[in-house]
Amino acid sequence: MSITRDDIIDFIYAEARMLDEGRYTEWLDLWLEDGFYWMPLDYKQKDPHNMTSLLYEDDFMRRLRVERLNGERTFSQKPKSRCHHVIQRPFVDEFDAEAGVFKTNTSMHYIETRLDDQFLLALTATHELKLVDGKIRIANKRVDLLNSDAAFGNIQLLP
Amino acid sequence: MGKYETPEAVNALVQPHQVHKDTYIDAEIFDLEMKHLFSNTWVFVGHDSQTSKKGDYITTQIGTQPVIMVRHKDDDIKVLYNRCPHKGTKIAIDRAGNTGKFFRCPYHAWSFKTDGCLLAIPLKKGYAQTKFKESEANKGMQAVGEVKNYRGFVFARLADEGISFEDYFGDSLSSLDNMVDRSPEGRLEVAGPPLRYMHQCNWKMLVDNQTDTCHPMVAHESSAGTAVKIFEEANWPEDKPKPMAMEIIAPFMSPYEFFEEMGIRTWPNGHGHTGVHHSIHSDYSTIPGYTEAMEETYGEERAAEILGENRHNTVYFPNIMIKGPIQQLRNFIPMGPDKTLVESYIYRLVGAPDILTQRTAMYNRLINAPTSMVGHDDLEMYERAQEGLHSQASDWINIERLHEDGEDFEVEAVENGTTERQMRNQMNAWAKFMTLAMGAKEAAE
Ligand SMILES: [Fe+2]
Repeated sequence: MSITRDDIIDFIYAEARMLDEGRYTEWLDLWLEDGFYWMPLDYKQKDPHNMTSLLYEDDFMRRLRVERLNGERTFSQKPKSRCHHVIQRPFVDEFDAEAGVFKTNTSMHYIETRLDDQFLLALTATHELKLVDGKIRIANKRVDLLNSDAAFGNIQLLP
Repeated sequence: MGKYETPEAVNALVQPHQVHKDTYIDAEIFDLEMKHLFSNTWVFVGHDSQTSKKGDYITTQIGTQPVIMVRHKDDDIKVLYNRCPHKGTKIAIDRAGNTGKFFRCPYHAWSFKTDGCLLAIPLKKGYAQTKFKESEANKGMQAVGEVKNYRGFVFARLADEGISFEDYFGDSLSSLDNMVDRSPEGRLEVAGPPLRYMHQCNWKMLVDNQTDTCHPMVAHESSAGTAVKIFEEANWPEDKPKPMAMEIIAPFMSPYEFFEEMGIRTWPNGHGHTGVHHSIHSDYSTIPGYTEAMEETYGEERAAEILGENRHNTVYFPNIMIKGPIQQLRNFIPMGPDKTLVESYIYRLVGAPDILTQRTAMYNRLINAPTSMVGHDDLEMYERAQEGLHSQASDWINIERLHEDGEDFEVEAVENGTTERQMRNQMNAWAKFMTLAMGAKEAAE
C-alpha cells in the first residue's frame, strides 16, 4: 500500500484531534525520538539555540510536559484547561513517497480556556514527517504564532 | 489629596513583620508609587547593546512613564520621555529601531535631535508673533532627570534631583559586576528579544518571589519533581550526558536545608540576593574552552573567584532581578495595581563559547516563558494571591519569617537563606522612597 497526500493530511487532522481530546500518550508516540517541538518567540525566527523561544522541546521535555499535566500537584491545572484547534486543510509542501519524507504547512486557530478565561491564537504549523515502518511520524514540528512577540498570559496546553 | 498622600499614612502600611494589603491592591497607592517611588529611585531602562549604533533606540517604560532610550553619540545614551512636546503624540511606538540623526513626530513633522532638543518646525513663521520661545513646547522632548550607563546596563532616575546612582546601589553592584566579569572581554550583548509575559498581579509579588526560597519545592513540584521522577525512571546510561534541562530544572526540588544554607544577603535601599554560599546554579557543568578563556583574561585566581560566585537571584529595587551565573535580567514593569508585564532578557558573554548562551536561552524558556511549566505555577500563585487579598478576612500580608526585633536595613547583612528579611528590606525602602518627596514638600510648606 503506497502513501497518498490524503494520508498525510489526515495525519495532521488526527494529531490536532488528539491534542484537543487530551490523548497525550498517543500524541507522544507520534514523535520520532530526536524530533523538536519549536515555537519561536520572534517573528520568522531562524535560530532556536542562541536566543529565547517560547518552546524548543526534545523528547525529555515533551514527556515532562505531558506527565506534569496529569500530576496531582499541578496547581495551574487545577482545574484543567481545555483546548480546541480549528484547522484549515494542510498544504503538502513536500511529498517524497520514495524517501518517506513529507512537509506540511497548516493554518490553525487555537482556543484555550480555563475557568472564565478563554483566548484565541492564530498560528501556522509546519510539520516535517517521516514514514518509519509503515507509520507516519513527526520528525520536527514548528508552530509560528501570528503574534509570537505579544505579551501573553499562561499558554498551558499545546497550540 | 488622597487618603495615602502623607508620609504618616504611607508609613502606617508597613510594619516590621507585616504589610497592609493596600500596598498590593489599592489604585491610589499604585498612582503614588508611580509618582514617588518610580521617580525617586534608579530604574532599569535597557542594555546599551540594544542601541549599539548612533540613532538606535528602544521604547520602554519607567514605571508607567513611556520613554525612549536612544544612542545620541558613540559614548552617550539619552533617555527621553516618549511624548511630542506639541500635542503629546508618542514619537516612536515600535519596540526598537533606528531614527537616524533626529526624531520626527509623525503628526506635524516637528523634529528633535537625539538629545531631545527641538530641531525644526514646518512653517515656523506661524510662531513668529508669539511667545513660543518661552513655551514648554520649545524645550523639545524632555529628558529624564539623570541617566547612568553602568557597564552596559542603563538606569535612569526620573526626578531631576535625588540620590546618586552610587549611593543608591552601593555594594549591590557586585552582582552586576560578577555578571559582566563572566565575559572574557568584560562585555555583554543582548541575545534576541525578551520573553514578554503578562501577569494579572501587582509588580511587587514578582519582586517578593525572587527571594522566596520556601516556594520552589512546593509550587514547582509538578515540573521539577516530575522531571526528577522521569529522569530516574528513564535509567539514563552513565555515559550519556544528562539532559541540560535536568541541570536547570531539578535544583528547584532541593530541600529546605539547601535553601536555608544558601544564605540571603541584603543591602540598603531594598537590594538583596539569594545564594550567598551556593545556589541552584552552582552545579552547572563546565563548558570546554570557557574556563581557559577566562583564565587568559583574568589569571587563574581571579577567574576562579569570578566563576565561584554563584549568586541566585539579585533584586535591584524597585523592579528588576538579575541572575549573574546565567546572564539573565527580568524587568517587572508595572501596568496597574493588578497588572505587570514581565520582560525576561538574556545576554551573551562576549568572547565565551556559544553553548553558554544556549544554556541561558534554555533556562529562559523553561522557567520564564508564558509557555513554561515553571512559570505557569508561579503565575497561578500570584493571581490567586492578588484575588485573595481582596478578601476582608485580613488587611495584612505576613513577612515575618526569621524576623528579629530592631532590624537595621541600612547595614548589609547575611542571613539564613529562608529569611523574609529581603522582603522586609524592600518594603522598608518602599516606604522610604514613597515618602521622600512627600516629606520634603511638607517641610518646605
Ligand atoms: Fe517560582
